Amino acid sequence: MPQIFRRSANSYARLSLLGALLLAGGLIGLIMAIGSSSYVTRANEFIEQPIQFSHLHHVGDDGIDCRYCHTSVESSPFAGIPPTKTCMNCHSQIWATAPFLEPVRSSFRDDRPLRWIRVHDLPDFVYFNHSIHVKKGMGCETCHGRIDEMPLVLQQNSLQMQWCLECHRAPEQFVRPRSEVFTMGYRPAVPQSVLGPQLVKEYGIQSLTSCSTCHR
Amino acid sequence: MAPSEHPHDQTTAAGERPWFRAAPPVLGPGHTFESVTEKISAIVMTRRTPVGWFLGFAIAFAFLMLLNVTIGHLLLTGIGIWGNNIPVGWAFDIINFVWWIGIGHAGTLISAILLLFRQQWRTSINRFAEAMTLFAVACAAMFPLLHTGRPWLAAYWLFPYPNTMNLWPQFRSPLIWDVFAVSTYFTVSLLFWYTGLVPDMATLRDRAKSRSAAVIFGVLSLGWRGSARHWQRYEMAYLLLAAISTPLVLSVHSVVSFDFAVSVLPGWHATIFPPYFVAGAIYSGFAMVMTLAVPLRKFYGLEDFITMRHIHNMTKVMLVTGMIVAYGYANEAFFAWYSANPYEQYMMANRMGGPYAVMYWSLIAINAVMIQLFWFRRVRDNVMLLFVLSLFVNVGMWLERFIIIVTSLHRDFLPSSWDMYAPTRWDFAMFTGTIGLFLSLFFLFIRFLPAIAMFEMRTLVEEETHELERPGMV
Repeated sequence: MPQIFRRSANSYARLSLLGALLLAGGLIGLIMAIGSSSYVTRANEFIEQPIQFSHLHHVGDDGIDCRYCHTSVESSPFAGIPPTKTCMNCHSQIWATAPFLEPVRSSFRDDRPLRWIRVHDLPDFVYFNHSIHVKKGMGCETCHGRIDEMPLVLQQNSLQMQWCLECHRAPEQFVRPRSEVFTMGYRPAVPQSVLGPQLVKEYGIQSLTSCSTCHR
Repeated sequence: MAPSEHPHDQTTAAGERPWFRAAPPVLGPGHTFESVTEKISAIVMTRRTPVGWFLGFAIAFAFLMLLNVTIGHLLLTGIGIWGNNIPVGWAFDIINFVWWIGIGHAGTLISAILLLFRQQWRTSINRFAEAMTLFAVACAAMFPLLHTGRPWLAAYWLFPYPNTMNLWPQFRSPLIWDVFAVSTYFTVSLLFWYTGLVPDMATLRDRAKSRSAAVIFGVLSLGWRGSARHWQRYEMAYLLLAAISTPLVLSVHSVVSFDFAVSVLPGWHATIFPPYFVAGAIYSGFAMVMTLAVPLRKFYGLEDFITMRHIHNMTKVMLVTGMIVAYGYANEAFFAWYSANPYEQYMMANRMGGPYAVMYWSLIAINAVMIQLFWFRRVRDNVMLLFVLSLFVNVGMWLERFIIIVTSLHRDFLPSSWDMYAPTRWDFAMFTGTIGLFLSLFFLFIRFLPAIAMFEMRTLVEEETHELERPGMV
């Protein structure tokens, strides 16, 4: 009876064992890599806005405080998107006729708000409150990055749950003095390993990791 | 089948029946190595596929399609299509899960424990009982997955792996123990089944008429040549796998019972649950083996291989395990009274006289009363009757799970949250659909793989011949 397989079939059989392992491992690895990639999280993705508003210019060059526009950040869950009136405080005086700012003026004239596109969009099943984070000494920069260096704001972090938990499990790594919350490019004067635990104690920061802290 | 010439069946010289009758043989008389191999492999290789096979497969496949439609509707609409409600949040899905998992246990018991105890009668039924285990576990696993409503998210609910939420499953929950128990069970059962198939795959490869069949069975037989070294390693591997499977017979259904026993609900929170569930699993599993074996031996003329010895022994196992289950029922009733706990007592009164009392008494009638028939040899000799009774046992064990789950949930501690449960047509579509899946797989299995272990049957030929030759036996 002739042989069905050539001698080399043995090697192929053994290789296929290895191949199956690599394939399964590679596939799982690939899925996990895609899951945490910016393709899924949409981090570092520029988002077109109705006006080419530059945080780099307004925060970095002009030094306007975050709270001038985001007025409710210290008192409410939502930091607040400024009404057109806030823009017009200055732009009725400077660049008052710039064609570039026509959408702002028409919004003001017609009393129709500018439709800004949300950059940091948490899923609806997550409860997030800006005011408590600010109150406990979390800097804007910690989550949003160097806004003063962004011509167009982009989401710098993944906003995935593991990223939230990094801080919720060990807040002393990120906490800063309340006076420095709105500072961009903050460097702790004493090492964070010394300052962090002190501030956690002083501000009464709890490490809240119960499900219902965020998923209410 | 020729009239039995086996020495055990012979009457004494005077013609009266002996007071003691030896068990029927595990292999019909007159078989040689060649005839055993020929008869079993012919089903796969040479015999025309009978019309009955196509008919049976068509019906099973139609129900499989019903399952597909149901799952499609379920995923698009959500589990609201089922009758589940609050308080009965677990209903058909967990009833059917436990039912199917239980059925699988007979396969593992036959293949592992009976192997270690050197019970020869396991030989002709172990292959298809193991296949039954695999298919039953596949049907079972579907229910908890689909109960989540979004099975594509189930990976992180069920398996501990480093995910983007930094979240692990709740290791203190019996549901995660279930995941490990069932996936281990499936893996070990698959390995055991496949290891046992390898020498037979080689036989089929060598008997293949077409090149494509030779290549397919050649690949599946993993280069088996039947050398002494192969056999030595095979025996070692098979024995080791049997040793690994043996604890699973007890552990898997114990863990399944923890789903209930670890909770504090009256009717669930009972220490009898693990042994009672394991016995129930083996009981229902043997009933399913019987349900499959009777038509199989009839339609393919395998009475010489699946003999009355097998039928008798399976009936006896069902009798023993059924009695343990009946003891469990008595125990539940006794402890409900003995606990002096009004909730436990109400639970029992509600089972016996509440809205689901008909189902409770049906299950008592089947699992405690009907099985007493198995004491009688005339019943054990009547294959058709046993087939019908085994179907009843399947129904009875399904009712048991229904009673345990629904009666405990629908009226618990707080009367204000009481409610009734009724399944919808989609519940039944899903259940009958998994039966369709199970039978479709089984039909494919008996058509394309040797349903009886040929090489193990050949070892019986040897022993049968020797037994006849031994002096003093006749």
